[in-house]
Amino acid sequence: MTLLTVENLTVAFPGRHGTVNAIEDVSLSISPGEILGMVGESGAGKSMTGAAIIGLIEPPGRIAAGEIRLEGQRIDTLRPDEMRRIRGRRIGAIFQDPLTSLNPVLTVGEQLIETIQTHLKLPKDEARARAIDWLRRVGIPAPEARIDTYPHQYSGGMRQRVVIALALCAEPCLVIADEPTTALDVSVQAQIIALLRKLARETGVAVILVTHDMGVIAETADRVAVMYAGRIVEVGSVTEVLTAPRHPYTRGLMASIPRIGARPDVLPQIEGAMPRPHARPAGCAFAPRCPARIDICSQTRPDLTGHATRSVACHLSKEVPA
Amino acid sequence: MSDPILTVTGLKKTFDLSQPFLTRLTQGGGRKYVHAVDGVDFTIPRGTTLSLVGESGCGKSTVAKLLMGLTQPSAGSIRFDGHELAGTRAGQPPAVRRRMQMIFQDPYASLNPRWRVARIIGEPMKSFGTHPDPVARRREVDRLLEFVGLSAADGEKFPHEFSGGQRQRISIARAISTKPEFLVCDEPTSALDVSVQAQILNLMRELQRELGLTYLFISHDLAVVNYISDQIGVMYLGRLVELAPADRIFAAPQHPYTRLLLDTVPDITMAHRDMDRPAGEVPNPITPPSGCHFHPRCPLANDRCRSEAPAFRTRGDSHVRCHAVEEGRTDPMPLRKAG
Repeated sequence: MTLLTVENLTVAFPGRHGTVNAIEDVSLSISPGEILGMVGESGAGKSMTGAAIIGLIEPPGRIAAGEIRLEGQRIDTLRPDEMRRIRGRRIGAIFQDPLTSLNPVLTVGEQLIETIQTHLKLPKDEARARAIDWLRRVGIPAPEARIDTYPHQYSGGMRQRVVIALALCAEPCLVIADEPTTALDVSVQAQIIALLRKLARETGVAVILVTHDMGVIAETADRVAVMYAGRIVEVGSVTEVLTAPRHPYTRGLMASIPRIGARPDVLPQIEGAMPRPHARPAGCAFAPRCPARIDICSQTRPDLTGHATRSVACHLSKEVPA
Repeated sequence: MSDPILTVTGLKKTFDLSQPFLTRLTQGGGRKYVHAVDGVDFTIPRGTTLSLVGESGCGKSTVAKLLMGLTQPSAGSIRFDGHELAGTRAGQPPAVRRRMQMIFQDPYASLNPRWRVARIIGEPMKSFGTHPDPVARRREVDRLLEFVGLSAADGEKFPHEFSGGQRQRISIARAISTKPEFLVCDEPTSALDVSVQAQILNLMRELQRELGLTYLFISHDLAVVNYISDQIGVMYLGRLVELAPADRIFAAPQHPYTRLLLDTVPDITMAHRDMDRPAGEVPNPITPPSGCHFHPRCPLANDRCRSEAPAFRTRGDSHVRCHAVEEGRTDPMPLRKAG
């Protein structure tokens, strides 16, 4: 059973030169307990997709087309106050910078207890016990003592653990994690990745993991959606997409990542840069940089085709049996 | 090693974080120091790349600033091609400083937004007097722009008209405009997207081959460093804990911290490996642990590690700062990464 389905989602921003689509025609689905990675370069639309699902698109941006369903219920058309009850309770969020996502003048315990009481209607002492339990589950040592300290008394990695506890303490069914490890050092990043995987397994929460780091995707996600210029260009299981990428962009991206143990003379590179949203070409947005392009690529935009577990938006991949 | 262009010995930088004198007098509390760079030694042979890696706060960027004269060392020596640079100011003496340039991390902050690109690239040539004639200077700017993969017409544009990767190309053109021999590159690709990062790394390798440049490369990304370096130095809380040829350090890391770093890098070829994660974080540099700074996180630590700071010892072609390595207490840990 799918937990969340997004169909043909388009987010539009009115601009000086007409309306600009930040993301176009994005469709995806996620099952309970699954970790779906969304990967892409800055401006590809991966964070915007997460923001649309959680109902946090800043005006004047708006959902111009498509629909989002959570457990069968349509949530993109809800009123702001209805959406607020879903946010936190059924969809949690983890953001990049753990320092700015915590309130510096409240203790960690106050923030956790407030969140638990808002969403679960528990008496204070029970909420506090639950908060301590969550701190223990995310790996904070001596949670009974640390619960009454302030965020600045925690290190960067410990703060991000608190943010994860905050996102999960109301027992949501879906968490959007937007670059949760980008602000952290590598040795701490590895700990946070391991924690996210462990909690997803234990609690059955589904996670949409937004990141630009293929390494993080490889170690954390079950499936991955690769975004380019506002569209999903390839979806599939992490092993399949990473070891046998089908879209020329994914292939180029994978080849251009330096690897430990290999020291080639020249790194394979993709020429050029991703087009900005207002200057996307008519056909496939990747066509100008694509080494394999054919005539149709600059005229018609390829649809995302394939089956539920593996699909690619490329004219060339149609010739390959799925 | 033959023909060193840069030799750094015993380099130290201490920052005074004490409260003002009167505050200390009235409220108590002693002086507080951060040993940002705490005795670093390395040598870079001409035409090669040495990389410094480490987590935030390990002092790698402070080393870069010390070399460029942007901050003054507390102790130690920096010898560039026979000239002692410790204690001289940025840009002094001009004949030597012209030969050293720097590329910064953020191409959005390191280019003046109000200047046209031609003026940005021409500025070092003007200030060091290498091309005093404006017409000749402009010709040189056009040549540099094409050299780094832009076009001569781009000289008339402003930085905001370019993408991140193109801006980093402009930074590189500016850095090589005075025909330097030595470039300090402080995280030059970490603000860029992956597909663009490969372009810039390839450009830097090409420049090194064509112009015989020597690089000090600063990064937190081991895979990037692995691609670009000849030697790699691993820093932890102000100290260089291991310095070795690039292929050696990844194939046979000695120091437990180097092993930890290698183990924790997310690897695109290792989907879903489930393993015990090394615990702990980098401690506060104001109150570093006694003895070896790494001992609270080290699986091999003993009483000697807790009390006595290890010396920087040479073992073959690598240098390691570790009691356990020195005493042969390291069990041959299986390595899954390199090879």
